[in-house]
Amino acid sequence: MAVKDYIRERFFPHIWCQGCGHGIVMNAMLRAIDSLAMSKNEIVMVSGIGCSSRISGYLDFHTLHTLHGRALAFATGVKMSLPALNIIVPMGDGDALAIGGNHFIHAARRNIDLTAIVMNNRIYGMTGGQFSPLSGFGTKETTAPYGNIDHTFDISALSIAAGATFVARTTAYHVQQLTELIKSGILHEGFSVIEVMSQCPTYFGRKNKLGGAVEMLRQFKEITTPKGSKAKQANPELIERGILHQTEQPEYCNSYEQMTALAQKGK
Amino acid sequence: MVKPILKEHLINRDWCKGCGICVAFCPKNVLELDKDEKVFAARPEDCICCKQCELRCPDLAIEILTE
Amino acid sequence: MNTNVKFVQGNEACVEGALYAGLDFFAGYPITPSTEIMEHLALRLPRQGGKFIQMEDEIASMCAIIGASLTGRKVMTATSGPGFSLKQEALGFAIMAEIPCVVVNVQRGGPSTGNPTHVSQGDVNQSRWGAHGDHAIVTLTASNHQDVFKMTVEAFNIAETYRTPVILLFDEVVGHLREKLVIPGKGKIPLVKRLRTAVKEGTDYHPYLPREDGRLPMSDFGSVHRYNVTGLFHDMWGFPTDDPQIVKGLQRHLVDKIENNANQVLNYKEFYLDDAECILISYGASARSALHVVKNRRLRGEKLGLIELQTLWPFPNQLIREKCEKAHYILVVEMNMGQILREVKNAVHFPEKVFLANRIDGSLISDGDIRNILRIVQGKGV
Repeated sequence: MAVKDYIRERFFPHIWCQGCGHGIVMNAMLRAIDSLAMSKNEIVMVSGIGCSSRISGYLDFHTLHTLHGRALAFATGVKMSLPALNIIVPMGDGDALAIGGNHFIHAARRNIDLTAIVMNNRIYGMTGGQFSPLSGFGTKETTAPYGNIDHTFDISALSIAAGATFVARTTAYHVQQLTELIKSGILHEGFSVIEVMSQCPTYFGRKNKLGGAVEMLRQFKEITTPKGSKAKQANPELIERGILHQTEQPEYCNSYEQMTALAQKGK
Repeated sequence: MVKPILKEHLINRDWCKGCGICVAFCPKNVLELDKDEKVFAARPEDCICCKQCELRCPDLAIEILTE
Repeated sequence: MNTNVKFVQGNEACVEGALYAGLDFFAGYPITPSTEIMEHLALRLPRQGGKFIQMEDEIASMCAIIGASLTGRKVMTATSGPGFSLKQEALGFAIMAEIPCVVVNVQRGGPSTGNPTHVSQGDVNQSRWGAHGDHAIVTLTASNHQDVFKMTVEAFNIAETYRTPVILLFDEVVGHLREKLVIPGKGKIPLVKRLRTAVKEGTDYHPYLPREDGRLPMSDFGSVHRYNVTGLFHDMWGFPTDDPQIVKGLQRHLVDKIENNANQVLNYKEFYLDDAECILISYGASARSALHVVKNRRLRGEKLGLIELQTLWPFPNQLIREKCEKAHYILVVEMNMGQILREVKNAVHFPEKVFLANRIDGSLISDGDIRNILRIVQGKGV
């Protein structure tokens, strides 16, 4: 099938701004799904609120557009109820890690088989450019006009610490890698996090004088490096891309099945 | 591996928002924006069908059709 | 021995009712005084192939049951005041997206952490108006274990019939009291099954287009119809829209489907109303004390009657108006500062004859408390 077979074409062109990285993530996600030859009926896409979350409405899967920050909690209910389904949860950085932070770490801790795609554009775009937990110290946003004094954290490190068994990072520039990582995340049995550095030229780019979409994508190329590269040793400031962590742990729904088998034996 | 041969740059002008990502990252400088800020293949004969434009388009507005 | 007779807590009666109704997915978070519901389901659901999950917070529990309901399961969560407050946003989502689910609130005193281990009926209004925006909701309650069981089954039936969340508002003293429960045989209480669409694969399915009878057949996530579910105003396919006509239509539909069927979801009991000059109106644990007073006074020849409400919302205005037409005065008995009193005053033609007998200190309202107010109303002093 082609990418267009997975979209609800009547809603295009989509609402995202010119040059928004979220469209690139959607593009890569569809290629990943297509290459896995998955049936549309076995995919549930659960999203929260914000620019990133509108992705669900555009795609021809079972789609659940929920509340700000709560996508993983809804997704947990769907997955737990019908473990055969493949659940993909696209989220924004504020959505996943500010208002949804608690659900994020606990979904990771449970190691429930969901694929969380965090589209990290370091800003609240839908509401017009307020700082998010990923904006970073010293950046400018509408709610940090004198420079942001909030510190950021590392999504991938947080995910690993919380128990996610597949953690990867890339950018909207590195589209082939992005497609491969989403594919691996979907195939991984357990909680997968794919952090995608995504550009918001409209707010983050403009407020912080980073240029347009093209310039922001070039920066992603410049400030990142493949995991374990020599460049990283020479310049520790570089952000690593690739699969950062992958391990095997009991998956939550499987553990539940085993537990119920014991319960039914009367043990 | 057989080299793909270009049939057409299939461009959806209604979906293209003119961000210029495809133009900037085309390794062979094939694409340009027209006066309406929509992408078009200015030098299709130079296209190597690498699909960097198609993969990076945030608007699903460009597709490389090969023979 | 008849194994269908049990000596249990009210919270267990709720569990029995839920399982009888077909509950097969529960998500929750521990909170006094509702926790026993969760504990018993942790024991029972895995044994019979159902799903139980303890979530990271109250919000997540509410979200998880909504997700599970979309796959076709009968779902429930249980909480108390503070947790009920946290669930309101997701409750609104279930109202907007028309997802069948049951939410139990075993009430404690409030606001805030309040009086966690003591009785209160302070969440009557929150159960009606907790979610933002115009909406309708069904809230049921009960005064004894047999009725807790029955109303729990009823809650699932209403949730499925109208594709709506249903609130079960129970009292701490009922939840923790142990008394007899007789579990009816299979089929004794009719159960409403999930109504699923008959639309075939490849044919346009409209998840939000009501049938002529007003019901909306569902399609389970994972089956052949792929559609969108959102908390935004949406069209008949479930896709977001701000078209004024569609927004207005959906807003009306969400309210009308409950309000226009108020009589279908109405549950109540009445005692000695035929010749009653003084009518007590009560619900939950308060109704037990009220019934005690009514029975005692009847022995002395006084014409007292009782209406025990089991459906609190939609409030049965017409029922109260008609039943109370000939009453000389009305006494509303409840454990809050007059949440149902206000509704009764609105319903009757003579609000000046409606009085409140209440208790708000965390103790069960007693027959003495009610008698004291009765004496004042009757002009006898205390």
